Amino acid sequence: MKDHPATSEAIEGTSLWRDAWRRLLKNRLAVFGMVIVIVIALASIVGPTLISKTAGYSYDSIPRDSNLIKSFAPFTGAGGKFSWAHPMGTDNAGRDILARVLSGGQISLIVALIATLVSLLIGVSYGAVAGYVGGKIDDLMMRIVDVLYSLPYVIIVIVLLALLPAKTPVGQLAELFFALGAVSWLTMARIVRGQIMSLKNQEFVLAARATGVSTPNIIFRHLVPNALGPVIVYATLTIPTVMLSEAFLSFLGLGVRPPRVSWGSLAAEGAQNLAVYPWQLIFPGLTMALMLFSLNFLGDGLRDALDPQMKKG
Amino acid sequence: MPKGDNSNLLEVKDLRVYFRSAEGAVKAVDGVSFDLKQGQTLGIVGESGSGKTVANLSLMRLIPEPPGEIVSGSVVLDGRDVLKMSARELRDLRGQQIAMIFQDPMTSLNPFMRVSKQLMEVTQLHLGHTKEEARAHAVRMLENVGIPDAAGRIDSYPHEFSGGMRQRVMIAMALSCEPQLLIADEPTTALDVTIQAQILELIKRLTAETNASVILITHDLGLVAGMTDHLIVMYAGKIFERAPTAELFAKPGNPYTKGLLRSVPDPTSEQGQLYQIPGQPPDLARLPDGCPFAARCERAEEICSREFPPFVQLTAEHFSLCHFATEVYESNTIA
Repeated sequence: MKDHPATSEAIEGTSLWRDAWRRLLKNRLAVFGMVIVIVIALASIVGPTLISKTAGYSYDSIPRDSNLIKSFAPFTGAGGKFSWAHPMGTDNAGRDILARVLSGGQISLIVALIATLVSLLIGVSYGAVAGYVGGKIDDLMMRIVDVLYSLPYVIIVIVLLALLPAKTPVGQLAELFFALGAVSWLTMARIVRGQIMSLKNQEFVLAARATGVSTPNIIFRHLVPNALGPVIVYATLTIPTVMLSEAFLSFLGLGVRPPRVSWGSLAAEGAQNLAVYPWQLIFPGLTMALMLFSLNFLGDGLRDALDPQMKKG
Repeated sequence: MPKGDNSNLLEVKDLRVYFRSAEGAVKAVDGVSFDLKQGQTLGIVGESGSGKTVANLSLMRLIPEPPGEIVSGSVVLDGRDVLKMSARELRDLRGQQIAMIFQDPMTSLNPFMRVSKQLMEVTQLHLGHTKEEARAHAVRMLENVGIPDAAGRIDSYPHEFSGGMRQRVMIAMALSCEPQLLIADEPTTALDVTIQAQILELIKRLTAETNASVILITHDLGLVAGMTDHLIVMYAGKIFERAPTAELFAKPGNPYTKGLLRSVPDPTSEQGQLYQIPGQPPDLARLPDGCPFAARCERAEEICSREFPPFVQLTAEHFSLCHFATEVYESNTIA
């Protein structure tokens, strides 16, 4: 039982994740996307607190001086003079737009993340079970998905939100998470089902059954981790989709309600005054657009980074 | 737990496993019976498609049903009929009383799970180990199978091991709970020749330590000579010959066995053209009425295609499925 000279400590083992990470870093567009996402996310998380500590106002502070209750252009103060106070200008009630954009970012991000998480949990479980069990149960489960897929989601969400209006702001948000997540799990389920179906005939599954592992454990501990690649890619691409949906709903007045703001509700306010005070729409719109396509670049990059490894493994 | 007395650990009686297909029922295993005592090693030899793998998967009921079905028969392990067990009892059985190692270690280990996790799962599941106990046990098992620097390498992924080492990991996993029966399905087919001997020696040593029984499945006759106590030759889902190993090699009682033995190249002689049993194994969905080997048999006569051969008892432990078993047996000259 001699040790091969080739397997000495000179060769460092890498995991499949590390290989994928290296590949991702080579993709400049994906790295750009990742950086933007991180920057905007961080700004949204610490920004509002930072602003209220340094400049003294939050996203809904209406200035006490009634002269200031109007929409200022970026970097403009009272009387048209240059001022550092509002880099993005103010809205019609004199509230600082930068603070509002960053606060809105908080909400938009939280909603998108939680909704994606919900869709992930439902989609992965559903798809994994359907894929592994196969047969008639799989047929039934997938037909249900097909039916749900064909329903127009906007109407469903609107109906859900109208039928069961929540009383508290927290409740409203939770409802929104659920409504958005409950609709976007469908594609995730299909993806996971495909992955599981291609994996379940591999010999390690038989080997696991031969050691007495129970079926739920085989599905969730052995197979699902193997299927994570496409799941991560799709989750990263679901986030911008959900974010856009939330923006759309808030734009319609169904999503986030005042006094809370999200990028969508800011866009709704700004759209009303587009001709006169364009900055009210431009800044929230730009920020959201930037976030959306950075997430898409990142998602594409992840897909490329993880795919060749999928073919290998 | 190893049995003290000399009774059978495993008794398989008239096992039939059929697969439903568009052409009808494929009779993968058609009336297989054998016994195995504790501590013995049984070799099952046969061509691809002879039913050897299906028969052994059935011992743990790992056949996908549908399309497969264990149509009849009994598999009694340590007094309990496996074919009648509940799902719960089966899961307890697998990995703990019966363990299996597969042909290709490349694909039988989960590529996304660390080796430590895969090893620990077995003892955590069956022996109720805590994480620490399981880990310590796993390291011990890896050392036992000869993995250098076991403690340092246990957290690696399967692709970081070579083929031979992966098979050792599989053996470690299979023997973790000291099973009474180890089924090794072509354990060395995917390995280099130099490693093959090491792996077989390893299996021999470890199972001797716990007095476990072994079923070694292979299509390679050379392998079984040094490892097994008894041999079964399978063809078309049936047992064609059964005998103690030495006797089967010295005095085969079946033309098929003789053909197989002739096919093994002899490195010491100048052979010229290698011998090959002519023809192909039959379509298991359309088996003939008579002997399934009749079309390819040198010794075949008219009765062979007409009538199914009897299972003739040649000596106390030697049986052969052939109309001319006795004659074939007697014709062996003792060298």
